[in-house]
Amino acid sequence: MKLNSPLQVYKYLPQINCAECGDATCMAFAAHLIDRSKKLDDCPPILKDEYKKKYTELQTLLAPEIREITIGTGEHARRIGGDDVLYRHQLTFFDPTAFAYDVWDTMPEAELVERINKITNFRKFYVGKFLRVDMVAVRCVSGDALKFAGAVKKASETTKLPLILCSFDPAALKAALEVVKDKNPLIYAATEKNWGEVAELALNYKVPVVLFSPDLDKLKSLALTFREMGIKDLVLDPGTYPQGKKLKETFERFIMLRRAGIKEGQKDIAYPIMAVPLNAWLVYKDAVTASYWETVLSSVFTVRYGDIMILHSLEPYAMLPEVHIRDTIYTDPRTPVKVAPGVNEVGSPTKDSPVIVTTNFALTYYTVESDLSSNKINCYLAAVDTDGIGVEAAVAGGQLTAAKIKDTFQKANFDFKDKTSHGTLILPGLAARLQGDVEDVTGLRVMIGPPDSGRIPGWMEKNWPPKPK
Amino acid sequence: MTKKIKLSELGSLFGGIDVQALEGVKIEGDVEIDLGQLGMNPQMAYALGHETAQLALHLMNISRILGYPVDQMLGAAPAKPARLSKLIESRFSVGKIEEWKTPIQEVVLGATSSDGGTRKSTITLGGETALPYYFDGPMPHRNHITMDVFDMPINMAKAVKSNYEDVINSPAEWAKKVVRDFGADMVTIHLISTDPNIKDTSPAEAAKTVEEVLQAVDVPIVIGGSGNPEKDPAVLEKAAEVAEGERCLLASASLNLDYARIAEAAKKHNHVVLSWTQLEINAQKELNRKLMKQCGVARENIIMDPTTAALGYGLDYAYTNMERIRLAGLSGDMELNFPMSSGTTNAWGAREAWMVSSPLKEDSDWGPREYRGPIWEIITGLTLSLAGNDLFMMMHPTAVQVLKEITQTLYGGKESEPVNIDNWVAAVI
Ligand code: B12
Ligand code: SF4
Repeated sequence: MKLNSPLQVYKYLPQINCAECGDATCMAFAAHLIDRSKKLDDCPPILKDEYKKKYTELQTLLAPEIREITIGTGEHARRIGGDDVLYRHQLTFFDPTAFAYDVWDTMPEAELVERINKITNFRKFYVGKFLRVDMVAVRCVSGDALKFAGAVKKASETTKLPLILCSFDPAALKAALEVVKDKNPLIYAATEKNWGEVAELALNYKVPVVLFSPDLDKLKSLALTFREMGIKDLVLDPGTYPQGKKLKETFERFIMLRRAGIKEGQKDIAYPIMAVPLNAWLVYKDAVTASYWETVLSSVFTVRYGDIMILHSLEPYAMLPEVHIRDTIYTDPRTPVKVAPGVNEVGSPTKDSPVIVTTNFALTYYTVESDLSSNKINCYLAAVDTDGIGVEAAVAGGQLTAAKIKDTFQKANFDFKDKTSHGTLILPGLAARLQGDVEDVTGLRVMIGPPDSGRIPGWMEKNWPPKPK
Repeated sequence: MTKKIKLSELGSLFGGIDVQALEGVKIEGDVEIDLGQLGMNPQMAYALGHETAQLALHLMNISRILGYPVDQMLGAAPAKPARLSKLIESRFSVGKIEEWKTPIQEVVLGATSSDGGTRKSTITLGGETALPYYFDGPMPHRNHITMDVFDMPINMAKAVKSNYEDVINSPAEWAKKVVRDFGADMVTIHLISTDPNIKDTSPAEAAKTVEEVLQAVDVPIVIGGSGNPEKDPAVLEKAAEVAEGERCLLASASLNLDYARIAEAAKKHNHVVLSWTQLEINAQKELNRKLMKQCGVARENIIMDPTTAALGYGLDYAYTNMERIRLAGLSGDMELNFPMSSGTTNAWGAREAWMVSSPLKEDSDWGPREYRGPIWEIITGLTLSLAGNDLFMMMHPTAVQVLKEITQTLYGGKESEPVNIDNWVAAVI
């Protein structure tokens, strides 16, 4: 974005401190616009007619360096691009890389449906949410426009995920667009050869479009030309070569494009970038080798500036690392992910149920919580406020202490005499050294659980209920 | 102030001006297009080929580019944009990063007979002048991999263990195997049995294992303690002594043990110190400073381990910590411009790497774990390689092979048959 201090933003705001945005002052709101935790539309007064000009100006000035575009419609619509920095610690990255997995028009229909369902339903629990994948890319392999349109139709009936329509033949793209024109699909791709007709389609159907050329001069020409024709929702595919020196050059093209867009403010090429790790399959036929290499390519371009990518392997050993590396890179480094401290019920605990202590680091809390609930262990689970630090680091850093543990139960009005028949609490194995302290401070019996919460069920079999004193 | 632009003025205003040349022009005040004289909307006029109307359209497009809400002002459907029949010619170019002026320190591991050691060859780390694999400046040395060997049998994930069952009781055989069969550039001997809570092996006894490993292989080696801060200094001192002159990497000096003893041992017997901190850039600066200023370790004898957390278990911290360290080093922070090493094996601590299946039934199937483990190690290492890591401590042979392949490809050291990707869309896979 073009502004970098709250004061600069403040000049455009109504300056009436009405607090309707949820911030006490316009200046505080300005700071949130700068760190992008709020949107301009959160300020009702500026939407009024009298501020129209300032609104429009500010909107332009606040726009991210890399154009943000939307693919698909409704709740599954996905935004890509939107970045303002080259390194995540400088702010954070926005709009996680969209993962599209392919189907093709020569597949038997039943297989196509099965594959799409697999893509749509993929999920991996992590820190209180499910990691998922985003889109389906339909490839025209048959060369037959009608066949392609048929596959696209089936795909759109099978999933609500956004679609990417892939063909270099404008006639095929047109046939497919006719079928899904109200679904805002991304079309792939305009090249040096077909660009005139593809541009026509992008204009007529008002859909985002990918420009493909490994030659960055040509890619920029295409982008300029499309922009001049009024097509703004562009994605750049600088070509993903799967091997050797050409792969190194691919990597360099990604860096060049993003550096030009963000560091040098070259608006002409400041669009989301597409990678095609699927190209690993052009060189490796063996499924394990190809899946591994595809995952490697996907990771390289998740770390370095890919905003959207097309993938093939649905093997879990490919998809799990892919969604995790994306989460790693796009997690907001400004805020440790934490849950609200307190004493929570897992299942329906009774007086005989265990009371378990953990930290409020989201990764720790949800890991422990899911280990307990999926094993049907009814219990109380206390999330101690460790500023969002995990067990071992919090013990080392002094955020997990006997006093903090006592405090957590007190604040929750959790009286062990009332709520339990055993007056016992269980500490994580990695917090064993707090045992004596906690006994002294709380007067409770303290048991030490295993180091990994995944082992709690086995540990319970041996150690619970506690033997009477 | 509202400024009316009359169509009659348009010709003189924009005639002959190239659209591109208008970029960056800021029009102050409201722009209003007075269409009164024309008596029809611009789209229709365009269709009729009216010359002035074409000019109006041009202006509208320009205004739109500049962010003016012309469409609302017209109250009409958006104009039909001009179709172009030719691509607009253009050249792409981008500059290099000026701030990267300070190269990363070069550090040599291992010593050949001409330098007072017995290694067949040496390995040089560092020397980068840009982020890894960037075009801004040369990356003189590729990444290297050192494989873990333990001085006693330890718990390992099943997929890892199956590779070492035949050598698990002999560090020397184990070391030979990783070099001969798995392409290790170096070997790390972890003296974990010295931990008082494990076997409390004496430093002298442990040093014998180091000698055996040095005899078994001719690559440079890393000597690791047990991680026990009380015991490690004595263990590493003795090991350094028997490995005199070999330029081993001593792992590690850290702030929670007597780092000065380790620094002293390295200086006395010609080794390199691994400066290990736990995910904290300022702690890393502090320890490096102490090693240099207080202990007198030369710059060419320091490598850093800023700590590796596994994919899904803190890799976000580890990645950003390394990237910040490398950027600071390249930009002139002389307390941070050292090569980096990663305990990539930590990846095996992630559940996804070793558990048979997901503990949650809501998850999609996790598939066979023998494929999940190695890729977890690969992606953990690969991510850190992009942040600037030079040396990887690893365990699984497949992980080693794939990580080498990708890091050497990005380094520019891999040739391959050209692959035509022009019609990947229609590929039959
Ligand atoms: C990521 C990380 C950090 C991150 C912390 C991120 C965060 N929000 O927590 C940062 C960079 C901030 C960090 C800082 C530090 N860290 Co740190 N860090 C790690 C790392 C790499 C991973 C920890 C992690 O997230 N694990 C995953 C979570 C889910 O694990 P968990 O919370 O322990 O939960 C598990 C178990 O405890 C158990 N469990 C949890 N609750 C319960 C409850 C019951 C009843 C039971 C039975 C089990 C159970 O099950 C959970 C799932 O397995 C580890 C090394 C490693 N690879 O393990 C070092 C590590 C924990 N850090 C360490 C240290 C020393 C520090 C610092 C003190 C370093 C320093 N000098 O600055 C600081 C302290 C910061 C502070 N407290 O303010 C040491 C701790 C050594 C020790 N044993 O004392 C470790 C082990 C590294 C090492 N080998 O030296 N660290
Ligand atoms: S709602 Fe708008 S005007 Fe009111 S305080 Fe917030 S920023 Fe200021």
